Amino acid sequence: MFGIPPQALFGQLLIGLINGSFYALLSLGLAVIFGLLNIINFAHGAQYMMGAFAAYFLLQYAGLGYGWALLIAPVIIGLLGMALERVTLKRLYHLDHLYGLLLTFGVALIIQGVFRYEFGSSGLPYPIPRALEGGKNLGFMFLPNYRAWVIVLSLVVCFGTWLVIERTRLGAYLRAATENPTLVRAFGINVPRMITLTYGFGVGLAALAGVLAAPIYQVNPLMGGDLIIVVFAVVVIGGMGSILGSIITGFTLGLVEGLTKVFYPEASNTVIFVIMAIVLLVRPTGLFGRAS
Amino acid sequence: MMAAVGEYVEAPAVPAAVTQRHQAVGFAVMVAFFSVMPFFVYPIFLMKALCFALFACAFNLLIGYVGLLSFGHAVFLGSAGYVSAHTAKVWGWPPELAILGGAVVAGALGVAIGFLSIRSKGIYFANITLALAQMVYFFCVQAKFTGGEDGIQAVPRGMMFGLFDLRNSLTLYFVVLAIFAGGFLLTYRAIHSPFGQVLKAIRENEPRAVSLGYRPEHYKLIAFVLSATLSGLAGGTKAIVFQLASLADVHWTMSGEVVLMTLLGGLGTVFGPVVGALTLVMLEHYLVQLGAWVTIIQGAIFVVCVLTFRRGIVGELARALKKPL
Repeated sequence: MFGIPPQALFGQLLIGLINGSFYALLSLGLAVIFGLLNIINFAHGAQYMMGAFAAYFLLQYAGLGYGWALLIAPVIIGLLGMALERVTLKRLYHLDHLYGLLLTFGVALIIQGVFRYEFGSSGLPYPIPRALEGGKNLGFMFLPNYRAWVIVLSLVVCFGTWLVIERTRLGAYLRAATENPTLVRAFGINVPRMITLTYGFGVGLAALAGVLAAPIYQVNPLMGGDLIIVVFAVVVIGGMGSILGSIITGFTLGLVEGLTKVFYPEASNTVIFVIMAIVLLVRPTGLFGRAS
Repeated sequence: MMAAVGEYVEAPAVPAAVTQRHQAVGFAVMVAFFSVMPFFVYPIFLMKALCFALFACAFNLLIGYVGLLSFGHAVFLGSAGYVSAHTAKVWGWPPELAILGGAVVAGALGVAIGFLSIRSKGIYFANITLALAQMVYFFCVQAKFTGGEDGIQAVPRGMMFGLFDLRNSLTLYFVVLAIFAGGFLLTYRAIHSPFGQVLKAIRENEPRAVSLGYRPEHYKLIAFVLSATLSGLAGGTKAIVFQLASLADVHWTMSGEVVLMTLLGGLGTVFGPVVGALTLVMLEHYLVQLGAWVTIIQGAIFVVCVLTFRRGIVGELARALKKPL
């Protein structure tokens, strides 16, 4: 097709889909947090990195493998996130939301600085779990099992989250609190606790993405730094706070980036930002965002 | 009503003439301080502080008086640095033209980025400027003339106006001081002009400003471009001083640093950005052997400032003295 060997095309599409899985998981977490707290969680990239490190520590020091890491790491990092929200972020809700952004930016600097001080800038290896080693030959391309697993799990988690928010009673409370927290509190629902849990959940999603990324990209203190800015652009394109928008744009932009690598590699780093600029010109609220 | 950024340092109700007299005294003290210091302290270090002080003043124009937090201001500093370095080294331009060229290009970038981002507010604005800045960063990584990871090195300092030999570091210092003072006075003038009053009106209550017949987008865009141009002036000067233009000046960590300088000094204060820049440059100078600790300490200052010290150094000082600074 267009003089591109199908192997290369599908290979890049697969990489795009993998990146898209991470974009979707991370921007979903950001969207959930933004919806209720109205802050952009700048520490999201650092928390993603901490998720990967948690998996590494669990394997090194507790002998707990990948499966356990998938369950435990998001919980640990999510709890740390909740502590952060209780101790610091909570004090800023009566101020301009920009202070929340600045605070989480500071937290991100501290976390990344500490991990870089301890572990340097080179990555630590994390093995692919034995059950997911190897791959399948699909005829037109070779599909490693682990990568297929990442895409499937991320799709399941994303749409599961969407279902919970859109179709359950808990999700209804959440949406109501996003619209009008004062009124929801008047109905006897503990909104501050819900905010803490929501922040913890969003952070947990970032940590889950970190565990998934560990066998692919290695565990590296700097893994979240630049990634998170791409995810910010994804969030702007999808429309800030839109759950479904962040999932769909996450996967789509991953694919677009993969295609750009095939057809015009020089632009692969910038294509998402260019798309963002165009979307801003045409629809300032993002593709799925409501008018503010 | 949500407390706006910069609201904490709103000047107490003092007649404008008194305010301006205080600030004139403050300006005289500042210039005197910077005129004496090079005889005691390493001039290059002071010039770094002056360049960042101008950068922070330009940034403060947006956050302090328009209430817009730009998280991509490094782009203007860094790209102006590249332009000045390239024109001075490859095209052989004299330093004054090279610096001016950098500022003009930064202003032009400001028009483009401002046009795209100015319609959004608050967090959206911060997010969009950050992402657009990252786009420019990747452009700088790949473009030929920036020299990629190496940057542009060994930029000649040359003769300013054919008169002042900038290879003499004391001459260079006073040229940099003059550029800084000029930029500082320009921001001061802009803030205290009718134009600046409209900016504050928009920050406080945008619908009301609209109902009075002002077009907020125009005012915000002009403020954004002015801020970008002055950041470019700082970046171009920095490139000539250090004879280097590098990727570090375009990266988002630099955007974070200017936010920190302004926050630490005092958002929306006249002298805050200068004090903040001087403090932070000093801190980095003494901490540089600690490596990764610089980032950790910067982060800690961010957290402390946001949680307990939102007025900043100058803001607190102004409150204690009951004088607007």
